[in-house]
Amino acid sequence: MNLVIFIFIVLLGFTSYYFGRKKAYSIQATNTRLTALPQFYGYYLAIWCAIPAFIIYSLWAIFEPSIVKLIILSDYSNQGYLDDELNLIYEKTKSLSRGQFSGEITTYLETSAEKYLNLRSIAQNSKVVLILAIIIASIVYGYKRISSNNRTREPVEKFLNAVLFTASLAAILTTIGIVFSLIFQTIDFFKVIPLFDFIFGTHWYPAKAFVRDASEPLDPSMYSDTFGAVPIFAGTFFIALIAMCVAIPIGLMSGIYLAEYASTKVRQYAKPLIEILAGIPTVVYGFFAALTVGPFLKDIGTAMGLEVSAESALAAGGVMGIMIIPFISSLSDDVITSVPQSLRDGSYAMGATKSETIKKVIFPAALPGIVGSILLGVSRAVGETMIVVMASGLAANLTFNPLESTSTITAQIVVILIGDQAFGDPKTQAAFALGMTLFLVTLSLNIFALRVVKKYREKYE
Amino acid sequence: MIKINSKNVDVFYGKKQALFNINLDIEENQVTALIGPSGCGKSTFLRCLNRMNDVIDICRVKGQIIINDFDINDKSCDVVRLREKIGMVFQKPNPFPKTIYENISYGPTIHGMAQSKNEMDEIVENSLKKAALWEEVKDRIHEPGTGLSGGQQQRLCIARAISVKPEVILMDEPCSALDPIATAQIEELIDELKKDHTIIIVTHSMAQAARVSQNTGFFHLGELIEHGSTDKIFKNPENKRTQDYITGRFG
Repeated sequence: MNLVIFIFIVLLGFTSYYFGRKKAYSIQATNTRLTALPQFYGYYLAIWCAIPAFIIYSLWAIFEPSIVKLIILSDYSNQGYLDDELNLIYEKTKSLSRGQFSGEITTYLETSAEKYLNLRSIAQNSKVVLILAIIIASIVYGYKRISSNNRTREPVEKFLNAVLFTASLAAILTTIGIVFSLIFQTIDFFKVIPLFDFIFGTHWYPAKAFVRDASEPLDPSMYSDTFGAVPIFAGTFFIALIAMCVAIPIGLMSGIYLAEYASTKVRQYAKPLIEILAGIPTVVYGFFAALTVGPFLKDIGTAMGLEVSAESALAAGGVMGIMIIPFISSLSDDVITSVPQSLRDGSYAMGATKSETIKKVIFPAALPGIVGSILLGVSRAVGETMIVVMASGLAANLTFNPLESTSTITAQIVVILIGDQAFGDPKTQAAFALGMTLFLVTLSLNIFALRVVKKYREKYE
Repeated sequence: MIKINSKNVDVFYGKKQALFNINLDIEENQVTALIGPSGCGKSTFLRCLNRMNDVIDICRVKGQIIINDFDINDKSCDVVRLREKIGMVFQKPNPFPKTIYENISYGPTIHGMAQSKNEMDEIVENSLKKAALWEEVKDRIHEPGTGLSGGQQQRLCIARAISVKPEVILMDEPCSALDPIATAQIEELIDELKKDHTIIIVTHSMAQAARVSQNTGFFHLGELIEHGSTDKIFKNPENKRTQDYITGRFG
């Protein structure tokens, strides 16, 4: 039913566009000059048709359920029910009305269910009637307002402005929503686990939290030495460091090659090929690291007499580095290409060679942008999950040996939130605390990177 | 005395021929102006003289350009040495995004011309003095060169070019991005520089060519139509097209 109303409004919108434009044409035909192009009159009428109807429709959708609930529950007032019980009665009524109720059916409940169905159908019908009436009224009003001296361009432009504003607002509000959902859980977590223990503790062993019997009251002291985040922060930055050791030199050098040395033809093929790397799903990188690189490193290590874990930080970090190469090479290629040709000419004209020009003029000029691209790569490395979960193990060892397994923030969030979780449990909330910290780290990296890139842009424009 | 002697120079951009059989001699320690309408090939010819056309992938140069008895288009020619001897100043001031000092010391450093910091300081100071910029910037030579005004930036680029003591300086419309006062300063400077350097200047302004040059070459559609002393070209041109261009009938 709702879908029908929706389609109906949309169709009426198109029709009124047509009629609005037609009226504008007919005014034009009498040699009167319009204040806007005819299609603006069409848009104007379409907006008049759709917007009031949508507003009423959404208001109705928001308020209908609570009003129906109020009316149903008014029968039960003054009978000494608690709020929770009233809610239960209402839920029972609803499921009975759908014929899905399997409990004991009382006469009270039956009357309520009947009343509920009744109310719903009245509401549905009056909604349709009201919306139809509003559409017709607003179309007639809008149509009458169309005349040669009525302004339509400004309202239409304002409407478009509002639509675009709403779209960007949606993205911002979602971000704020995510942050808030993190904040409250994080605060709850730190009520049980002291911030100091979280930041400076060196034991991360959330599985211990499973041992707790849910019926027992929460005893913070039993969590000491459980949520010390140092090992996983160390692991995160250690693996990111390995990744950047792979990604920065290779990415940067291939970026410089593409921008300065490669002929147009090579560049034409090489650049998309490198960018294919960016299109490989991280889970594929993950099993490449876990099933190919990890065992390979272990075999080599064993042959050399070294003890190498099959799930090593080196395997995860190395593969992650390969994943990040295209980000760095592509971005630094763009940055280097955007260094003005006049600087290159100036340097060549002084008798500088290609490598001197790159080293002394182009690279310094592009440095802020290159730093920006590296920082974006770092924030990717810190936030990368799949490769680490699959290739680097889940036990949070505090180690800086690249041949041992270690774990990261993201991998631990996965470990914590896989399977059954109890809300309000410190173990679950730990994931939010980790998510919050990760968010803060990548956010500050991104802000820093964007600043650097912006500074670079100011230099040449 | 003839400094540069070009014989039968043809230039191609891909399949399109940009210069046809150019034969032009450049006099030492004089200013030679190259004039002509846009797209006539005068800048292309200028860029042949220090092989800057090498930078453009699709560009091919044929013919001989002889400087100091040596054909610069020969395989044995070292471009790095050539460009040390033949400096260039561009249309738009293009100082490196470095300090004023580093802008000047760039050339002497890559050619290993200074043995000590003192020597380098001297080169920088002399170059800036010769470019008539020293007095204006001596208190801030360690500030970015990009912070100077347009005219100062162009003089900085000239100082950069003369820092390696080139024999020839090529100037590709050096004043087209500058205001009249800065233009006058640069023209005065060109006059000063011709004592030590041979100067070839491409310009769109005929008044400028008349003011600064001793010799003029007129290019049209990739051909060198006429060349000779500036006086003769401006007062008594032989070719009808030269006369039409100079009197402003086309171009």
